Amino acid sequence: MANEQIQYVTAPKVDDNRKKYCRFKKNGIKYIDYKDANFLLKFVNDQGKVLPRRLTGTSLKFQRKVSQAVKRARHIGLLPYVTDSLK
Amino acid sequence: MQQYETVIILTPLLSDEAAKEAIAKFSKILTDNGAEIVQEDNWGLRKLAYPIQKKSTGYYHLTEFRAPGELISKLEIEYKRDERVMRFLTIALDKNAIAYNEKKRSGAFNKKPKTEEAAA
Repeated sequence: MANEQIQYVTAPKVDDNRKKYCRFKKNGIKYIDYKDANFLLKFVNDQGKVLPRRLTGTSLKFQRKVSQAVKRARHIGLLPYVTDSLK
Repeated sequence: MQQYETVIILTPLLSDEAAKEAIAKFSKILTDNGAEIVQEDNWGLRKLAYPIQKKSTGYYHLTEFRAPGELISKLEIEYKRDERVMRFLTIALDKNAIAYNEKKRSGAFNKKPKTEEAAA
């Protein structure tokens, strides 16, 4: 007989039940300050690129504001345009 | 009367007096043209995230003011004419931004500004 083990062609998705949420909606933050570079670091990867919504869970409305704030911070030299090992 | 916020970066080569004098010049331009300054915030010398005009530090100054819209283009022309200004950014504030700045001024975020609200 074939062995009793079940074998998967692709690894089964281990579903972690962490529901994504928009931190701005949840905490009632209405304004994203471009002068607060430390806060904006949460939304860029270590190359300084803006992270997509599917990773951060930010709602569309605030994603636009985040990207606006990041661009402003870059312009006044609080965040880099391109870099490596930002974090 | 819209409310605006402008950040300028002056060259780090200036002495403290020269920097103050440059800032006073711009405040004067604002007040002479009927703007009302809400707050000024001097961040002093800061390290830049990337070199601007081959300099790695800059002298930051932030001004929040209420002004008629025609003033902005005048102000920015002055910024461009002045060689001491390396970079500037002027932004119209919406009501949420005004509320946020009010809160910040009253020292609501003094612990660790804003970051503790957003649980990572």
